[in-house]
Amino acid sequence: MLEFPRWKYALVALVTLLALILALPNFFGTDPALQVARKNRAPMDDFARQAVEQSLTAHTAAFQGDYLDEGKLIVRFASVADQLKARDAVNEFLATDFISALTTASRAPETLRHIGLRPMPLGLDLRGGLYLLYQVDVNGAVAQLLESYDQGFRRILSSANLPFNDVTTYTSSKSTIPNALRVSLPAGADVGAVRDALRKGNTDLTFSIGSDAAGPTIDMELSPTQVRARQDYALQKNITTLRNRVNEMGVSEPIVKQQGIDRINVQLPGVQNSAEVKDILGKVATLEFRLEDSQNSAADAQQRGRAPLGSKLYIMEGSPKLLKRELIATGDQLTNATSTNGNEGPEVNVTLNGQGGDSMLRNTRLNVGRRMAVVYIEKSRETRVIEGQKTTRDVTTEKIISLATIRAVLSNQFRITGLSAVEARELALLMRSGSLSAPIFAVQESTIGPSLGAENIRKGVQALLIGMLAVFAFMALYYQRFGLVANLVLVANVVLLTALLSMLRATLSLPGIAGIILTVGIAVDANVLIYERIREELRNGVTPQAAIRAGFDKAFSAILDSNVTAFIAGLVLWVVGAGAIRGFAVVLTLGILTSMFTSLMGSRALITLMYGGRRKVARLSIG
Amino acid sequence: MEFFRKATNFPFMSTRKLWYGLSIALMVISIGSFFVRGLNLAVEFTGGVQAQASFSNAVNIDTLRSGLERAGFREEQVQYLGSSREAAIRLPAQTGQSSDVIRARVEGVLQAIDPRAEVSSLEVVYPQVGEELKSGAVLALAATLALIFIYIAVRFHTWRLSLGAILAVLHDPILVLGAFSLWHTSFDLPVVSAMLAVIGYSLNDTVVVFDRIRERFEGSRRLEPVAVLDQSINQTLSRTIMTKVVTLIVVVALYMLGGQALKGFSAALIIGIVAGTYSSIYISSAIALDCGLKAEHLLPSAVKKPVDELP
Repeated sequence: MLEFPRWKYALVALVTLLALILALPNFFGTDPALQVARKNRAPMDDFARQAVEQSLTAHTAAFQGDYLDEGKLIVRFASVADQLKARDAVNEFLATDFISALTTASRAPETLRHIGLRPMPLGLDLRGGLYLLYQVDVNGAVAQLLESYDQGFRRILSSANLPFNDVTTYTSSKSTIPNALRVSLPAGADVGAVRDALRKGNTDLTFSIGSDAAGPTIDMELSPTQVRARQDYALQKNITTLRNRVNEMGVSEPIVKQQGIDRINVQLPGVQNSAEVKDILGKVATLEFRLEDSQNSAADAQQRGRAPLGSKLYIMEGSPKLLKRELIATGDQLTNATSTNGNEGPEVNVTLNGQGGDSMLRNTRLNVGRRMAVVYIEKSRETRVIEGQKTTRDVTTEKIISLATIRAVLSNQFRITGLSAVEARELALLMRSGSLSAPIFAVQESTIGPSLGAENIRKGVQALLIGMLAVFAFMALYYQRFGLVANLVLVANVVLLTALLSMLRATLSLPGIAGIILTVGIAVDANVLIYERIREELRNGVTPQAAIRAGFDKAFSAILDSNVTAFIAGLVLWVVGAGAIRGFAVVLTLGILTSMFTSLMGSRALITLMYGGRRKVARLSIG
Repeated sequence: MEFFRKATNFPFMSTRKLWYGLSIALMVISIGSFFVRGLNLAVEFTGGVQAQASFSNAVNIDTLRSGLERAGFREEQVQYLGSSREAAIRLPAQTGQSSDVIRARVEGVLQAIDPRAEVSSLEVVYPQVGEELKSGAVLALAATLALIFIYIAVRFHTWRLSLGAILAVLHDPILVLGAFSLWHTSFDLPVVSAMLAVIGYSLNDTVVVFDRIRERFEGSRRLEPVAVLDQSINQTLSRTIMTKVVTLIVVVALYMLGGQALKGFSAALIIGIVAGTYSSIYISSAIALDCGLKAEHLLPSAVKKPVDELP
């Protein structure tokens, strides 16, 4: 008699059943689909759904069906041609209220979706799209912080009437005091008073007193924690901004995540027009609202090449303009911005937060009849190679986009006109999604066409199926009934692995499929170990049932040890690897776990069922 | 069916000098080739542009190459990808050009040859990423080896087996590296992950043999190490070969059917698995023996410890 505890049978049955259900949605395949969302980000309702349906029907874009999913409408199509036709229809006739994105919809029955079961999302290599790896200029973010302290210190000292020679910023890591500011004072200055004044508004900073050739100095050095906090803030803020921008563009199932300490990984499935997307994603732009300086002549300033104190010279459409340096409001104080087509052409409707609104109210009340300018500021990074040396420099372009007479008192809501339709839309998008807190630049980009993705998945699945069939045939031939058990267990292993990956919402990529295939090859190992051991015992003249027991028990330590080593390699890959490699590692590591379970528990349960009940077994069908 | 019905009795230990010689020769060739020929590193390591182009009809590689030259590209590498209607184009890093400009330029070249041609994938990698990946790959290899060394030393109570395992296992990725260098096929990130998988997987066999050695020594401490090692390898031989055959079946299926993207990956797996099987049969135990492996190293206490007898 062979025995296998009841609870283990139950466990095997339960796990298998659960795995089958969880893995089920992956076996139905997908249809081309269109994701339609409201522009104002309100969830879609049945009313909106009808509007879209009617429009599609009216423009002869045939669709198979649709459903609401997390506030978005998913419309499914029989073919890619229908899908593209429908997208064009939505873009043309519903563009004012809706944005659409190409996507895929699972063919799994709706009931599965209702209970939260979904197929694994596919990676870019399997569905096509745009992959971007951005480097965040985190040191630039620290420099910005120092710059603002620099200005702050000057302001404090000037307003307290404390004389100082200069404030110097040290940002380069090569300087003796990196990430620091030095305030140089004239000889005989009251160092203590200066330090107290600086400390007053900046209690979190540390100041140290020293001296150089010219006189006493006060150094303020950012602590490593402060530097790291600033860098981290910049990174997180950029991730949020990028995420907002991606959402604004209406990409289906986008991924925006941190990679390493200063990188952002952006994956946009289905996106093919990479130029436009990248332009918007990487833009560092803000707005400033300022009054025109009407006391001074802009023409004179242009001739002198220098603006009067407190003003700044701009060239707008060829003619010089002088603007006050004082800010009424900035882009940071915007809470919303939408673009519409008004009476005077395209316009952006802006809503300011409390602080910005108060300032706007105060300034416009005093200045009705004068002119206010909206200045658009864009920062970009240029990389040039000069004599083999790569140099990068940050370029700031400032442009007056509108200069209009203040006709009435404005508060927190007003319009900006004087833009083209495209400019208005882009400006509204950028304002809404927030600004990037530090410049970003792409270090790796790739675009994968949708047909290449489809081919990859087809080939991967084909390799998996053929490989599995070959293994099945071989095992059945070589180990007969035991081989069939191993095959059944192998299928269970693939199902279990798929279930686990679906549960974790892991993205399936081509290396992931390769990992599944390799897992099939490796998972047989445990069974072979057991079966060879059983044969060995039989050769030594042990009774069949005792041989089975000994086979499982004695093979266990070998199975454990050999799997642990492979597990270690998988874990290291998981931790060190990024992107596609991690996908492979995840599958490999989980595959080792599932194959241990299926071969030790699953196949033992099956073999005990086959041979355990009988009192005496004459011979084993093990080849 | 059974290939190993008769118990084998190959004298692995007494012939070990021969196998050492073979391994050393292969490793010298591999390392030599690595230094002389280098590796054909993929763009993800070197930086640069990798594009995949598909045509409606068969395209001539030379036409494509001269088209690229005329468009101002230099040092281009062009080759067919699976069929004569698809080509892989590799270009060095194009300084100061955005990927869209590069794409447009490449597309211009393609469409001058075939109006229906298109760029089915384009990857642009800037050099700093590559440097990090290289150091990351080396770090991953080192970390894996170190962890496995520790695991085996702890599990089998002796560094002798650890050393044998690590040397045998190190031998496998070196051969993979050598093969990729000799054939000069593109060495990309998936190949690195295949190498790591091979390390973990080929160790598998070594560990199974070690496990058997321990079991044999437990049975009788007075046995001669040479005899125990030979018997252990022979007794596990059928299992070692069977599992590798099955794994090779799926990996070969992957190589033949998995498409271009997985060619290098599956080739690395095939070479690695064959090398790994060889090294765990012929090398790992032999090294442990030459390090003076004896029964007491595996069984440190006089009291026989039960070793995980139940699942």
